[in-house]
Amino acid sequence: MSPKRPRRRSFEIASEKGIEFLIRLCGISAIVFVFAIFFFVFREGAPVLAKLNWQEFLFTPYWYPTSLGNPRYGVGALIIGTFSVTVLAMVIAVPFGLGAAIFVSEFCGQKTKEALKITIELLAAIPSVVWGFIGLTVMNVVIQKVFNVQIGLNVLNAAILLALMSVPIMVSIGEDALKAVPDSYREAALALGATRWQLVRRVLLPAAKNGLLAAVLLGVGRAVGETMAVLMATGHSVNNPFFKADGAFNLGWMFESCRTLTATIAAELGETAHGSDHYRVLFLIGILLFTITFVVNLTADLIVKGIRKQ
Amino acid sequence: MFTETPFIRKKRRHELLAKCIFGSMALAMVIPLVLIVGYLFFKAWPLLSWEFLSTNPASGMRKGGIWSALLGTIYLVTFSLLIAAPIGVLAAVYLNEYSRENWFTRIINLAVVNLAGVPSIVHALFGLGAFVLFAGMGRSIIAASLTLAIMTLPVIIASTKEALASVPLSFREACWNVGATRWQTIRRIVLPNSISGILTGVILQVSRTAGETAPIMFTGAVFYRKIAEGDLFAYSLKDQCMALSMHLYTVTTQVTNAPEALPYAIAVVLLGAVLLVNATAIVFRLILRSRKKW
Repeated sequence: MSPKRPRRRSFEIASEKGIEFLIRLCGISAIVFVFAIFFFVFREGAPVLAKLNWQEFLFTPYWYPTSLGNPRYGVGALIIGTFSVTVLAMVIAVPFGLGAAIFVSEFCGQKTKEALKITIELLAAIPSVVWGFIGLTVMNVVIQKVFNVQIGLNVLNAAILLALMSVPIMVSIGEDALKAVPDSYREAALALGATRWQLVRRVLLPAAKNGLLAAVLLGVGRAVGETMAVLMATGHSVNNPFFKADGAFNLGWMFESCRTLTATIAAELGETAHGSDHYRVLFLIGILLFTITFVVNLTADLIVKGIRKQ
Repeated sequence: MFTETPFIRKKRRHELLAKCIFGSMALAMVIPLVLIVGYLFFKAWPLLSWEFLSTNPASGMRKGGIWSALLGTIYLVTFSLLIAAPIGVLAAVYLNEYSRENWFTRIINLAVVNLAGVPSIVHALFGLGAFVLFAGMGRSIIAASLTLAIMTLPVIIASTKEALASVPLSFREACWNVGATRWQTIRRIVLPNSISGILTGVILQVSRTAGETAPIMFTGAVFYRKIAEGDLFAYSLKDQCMALSMHLYTVTTQVTNAPEALPYAIAVVLLGAVLLVNATAIVFRLILRSRKKW
């Protein structure tokens, strides 16, 4: 005698099938959108590719898109601008971000930890346009006064803002990386009489090296892609901050204004005619940015996945 | 009796020093937040009033309030989340409940990570190319909302996945054993048990979406627009709108002779809304954690 089984009605089976199809469809949406972003940005930018000399585009610093007789599209100076701001931001953010991650994970009690994590989360929530506004109004004046320079809207200003913006992600990923180090490592070191400083330097940092690197890379990705804050805080002049007009290295490069790839798109796209070369070149810059952040994020992700496998 | 040797004293000194250094680094994160919020609020104080929130900007932004920008931001946030939340939650359901450990899942996860890393200005270019031009929506609230939705999607997927993963497998097994199908299990067991975690993730996205400027600059936000005051339905989906974030940008960089407190007041309203929403989500999460049954 077999137990009576309720028969599923065909309607139920159909709706189950339908919902499963929908879920699978949403499941692949992320892939679809990544490709769509590349496709549609490339589609707008592609027609100008034939006219453009790649080497001139990437390596010359002559950005004169609105010149009537001879418009030139060299993003060299913009790449250097992005590079200088990002590097300086990381020089500021990495010690603070990783230091804070170490403090949160190793040195403080449960209550302090909760409070700090919440604060850092709120720090991450401040919109980039508000950071830009702070750069324009507060930091501008502070930098002028503290360093006694003429222009407060410069590489340093944007770098400090970017550092504050990318620190939260570094802290949270860095803390995860430290948490992933087995407690037995800590116990072994402490049993040998190591201080916690020795523990951090000799055991945790080497063991969590890759995770911390991934944290830094994610910070870099964020800094490269940031738009509004750098648009408002860098001074936005096409300029190679590292060299003076006569070709000598500029020691005060961090007090020079510069312009980044992201800010250029944000500032100029609204004023270009649809379909013009200038308009299409801005989309090409978008592809360039997409590629840079794609590579950076992919590397960070591979590193993190590598750790999880161990 | 135990007496301290110089060596041990030195070790203790190092220990304290290390704690102080790392502590001050952590503190360096907290101080800016407090200082910035305090300073902005102090500067904005003279302008803040109910009237500031509920009247349109007037005389080239120099007078009046921020009503049309505030309502525009509310529209953008609402519609982008209405689009992103269902897709994101279902995508996370797929990743957590249906997918197997294989190369395809790996690629989806990679795509989610990379989508989260795409710069906001590239999202703006995409929105312009795909929604405004290709799909023919023109610059409108719907095009801007779609752009924002795609931007928030990966974060919603990640937070939802985490919430779903925290439901123990034994719950699902119990449900399967009484003969429920996969979807029935998800709907009756998995989703109800993780709904608060999912909601927290979505609420956190409200604040992020409200603050975004770059993606809406070319897809739907405009410099100035006057709408009926006090009417919550003053915009339609095809309209262009003002937005708080964009308004802050234009007032600080393009409007001359604006009252000094005006940009501060806009920043405070934006920041206040964002921090309030975030704080709500955090409190929500803390309550949730203390109530967790398993």
